[in-house]
Amino acid sequence: MTEVHETHWNRRDFPEAARDLLQNSQTRKNVQNATGIIQAKRNNVVAELPDWQDLREAGAQIRAHTLRHLDHYLMQFEENCTRAGGHVHWASDAEDARRIILDLVRQQQAEEVVKIKTMTSEEIGLNAHLEAHGIQPIETDLAELIIQLGKDRPSHFVVPALHVNRAQIRELFQREMHLPDIGDRPEDLTDAARTYLREKYLRIKVAISGGNFLIADTGGMCIVESEGNGRMCLTLPDVLISIVGIEKVVPSYRDLEVFLQTLPRSATGERMNPYNSTWCGVHPGDGPKEFHVVLLDNGRSPILADKEARQTLQCIRCAACLNVCPVYHQTGGHAYESVYAGPIGAILTPQLNSMKEGRSLPYASSLCGACYEVCPVKINIPEVLIHLRGKVVQQDQATLAGKFSLWNIGMQAAAFLFADSSRLALAERIGQVGQKPLVSKNGFIEWMPLMLSGWTQTRDLRAMPAQSFRQWWATERASQPNGKQPNAG
Amino acid sequence: MPDNSNARSRILASIRMSLGGSSTPEAIAADYASIPRPYTRSSVADQGALLDLFIDRLLEYDAGFYRCNRGGIATLVADILTLRDKRRLAIPSGIPADWLPEGFEFAVADTWRNDQLDKIEGTLSACAVAIAETGTIVVQNVPGQGPRALSLVPDYFLCVVFAEQIVATVPEAFDRIEATSALPTTFISGPSATADIEMTRIKGVHGPRFLDVILVV
Repeated sequence: MTEVHETHWNRRDFPEAARDLLQNSQTRKNVQNATGIIQAKRNNVVAELPDWQDLREAGAQIRAHTLRHLDHYLMQFEENCTRAGGHVHWASDAEDARRIILDLVRQQQAEEVVKIKTMTSEEIGLNAHLEAHGIQPIETDLAELIIQLGKDRPSHFVVPALHVNRAQIRELFQREMHLPDIGDRPEDLTDAARTYLREKYLRIKVAISGGNFLIADTGGMCIVESEGNGRMCLTLPDVLISIVGIEKVVPSYRDLEVFLQTLPRSATGERMNPYNSTWCGVHPGDGPKEFHVVLLDNGRSPILADKEARQTLQCIRCAACLNVCPVYHQTGGHAYESVYAGPIGAILTPQLNSMKEGRSLPYASSLCGACYEVCPVKINIPEVLIHLRGKVVQQDQATLAGKFSLWNIGMQAAAFLFADSSRLALAERIGQVGQKPLVSKNGFIEWMPLMLSGWTQTRDLRAMPAQSFRQWWATERASQPNGKQPNAG
Repeated sequence: MPDNSNARSRILASIRMSLGGSSTPEAIAADYASIPRPYTRSSVADQGALLDLFIDRLLEYDAGFYRCNRGGIATLVADILTLRDKRRLAIPSGIPADWLPEGFEFAVADTWRNDQLDKIEGTLSACAVAIAETGTIVVQNVPGQGPRALSLVPDYFLCVVFAEQIVATVPEAFDRIEATSALPTTFISGPSATADIEMTRIKGVHGPRFLDVILVV
């Protein structure tokens, strides 16, 4: 059952998926152009806040505190949301969530639902599930609409259609909205989307959203957006169903004073995005008559047990780490074969899947640390990447095939050599001679045989110098009369 | 609803197992209180500089900006509506009568259906608080501001902001709205916009495409 809905994420290994995407120069150009623009804007608006580091620290501590007491805050949210007239549902996994939502939509006898962009919905394969049961989901976020009309996949979780440029969008709208004469100015495209969706907002009775924050002390919710499509969906229909990961709760309404500063500046490089909405349950005469929140676990609660990796769940989905990542710049989001792309996706996806899928993702990084630097809740992504690489290796070593794989034997051999100076010296001398047939004219080794080939698959190796540091040190010291330290200058 | 309570207890048990137990509410409250918050609460001291900053931000978002004194609201509303070529606006209940000029139609729209709102030319509203640093207007469901659909469905939003409602920072705005945080609340920063096409902010998607602000000093 589960497989049916998630097949459009193929879960190929990162290097394999990346190789295909690197061939697509148009996509790469689009991604580099868009991330370049957003990064410059982000840096400007972050630089103008003298207390940026204080906001990051406070945000990190609020999120870490919440995760340490997640059971408490979820129950508090449930109690307060229920008191305010909302209904709280709990979903252990994607199947639970899909069933709960389908039942709610069927109770309304709705044939169509309007949707606000939600990655959680993508995570549980909701659209395919609704379609399979005769219900048409209509994406209202411009980028999600572009993805839906183009039968594409999101490549970025703030701007899912970041990999598509305006000419491509125009072509899509001409075809799918039957607008042969539409122009290619961005305004023409937004006008088309406005007209296309407005009658749907006014007519359709059920909306589905994600949520940026659940607020424990008021039982409320917060949705951060730009276009007003979110406000349309959460205000006009009779019924609103919000699917939200259990980690998205914050203790107090006051905590938004931190995140409503750090999130917009990090996500779209704006001082404030056009619209933020907060509300509690149901308010007579204003908005939906029924409000449902589906709290989704789907692999999140076990992550809390790993004290080093738990910080992954602090994420507020700003995507600043994607925009700054040199790997993401080259491949775009699809190479990650995951709902959550980029550095945060590389640590979140394998953990959500109990380290059974997305195992190549922790390696999809140069560990440069730029992602940690920009993270508004200070998730130390490089640290978690290394930690997860360790877990992948331990998993492999626990299997017979893994234990006797060439890679593991090679690594064990390397560990043995590096553990003792005389063994290392011997290996260096063998290497200096043995490398000769492999060194290219440019001084690099571009290919290595057998089990070593994995190392050179994605990187060149500088040839070993004629003299190792150890050899140089030994000769230098011998030439100094009083055993003085040589000056390496 | 099928076995919802089972999922609830399973999830809570899994969280507790991962965390190695739960703390008492008192211990959690103490832990929460110890989170350091040295970030800026208020920044601009001078009222004139504050207003200038707010105006700058509005203009940057491509919102319209006008200024008048307390007695001049109705006259200015008339001028702006003439300029915008609007005759008929929705208002929430609780808008003072002396804001409304002769010669235009203002309809109290708190209980209107969505399709009625879709047909009106715009909305005139008050606000709860405004934030200078971010050019943000906050509206809540109270008299003078009304249900959220009023500031959303019509294509034009005209908002009256009093100078004493403007604060410098986001945390200061939260100081003012915390007591009414249960109400439907919307933070509006400029006309509706999107950055979804090549990461460039383009004005005018689903919310009001035109926003004017009257600052009353």
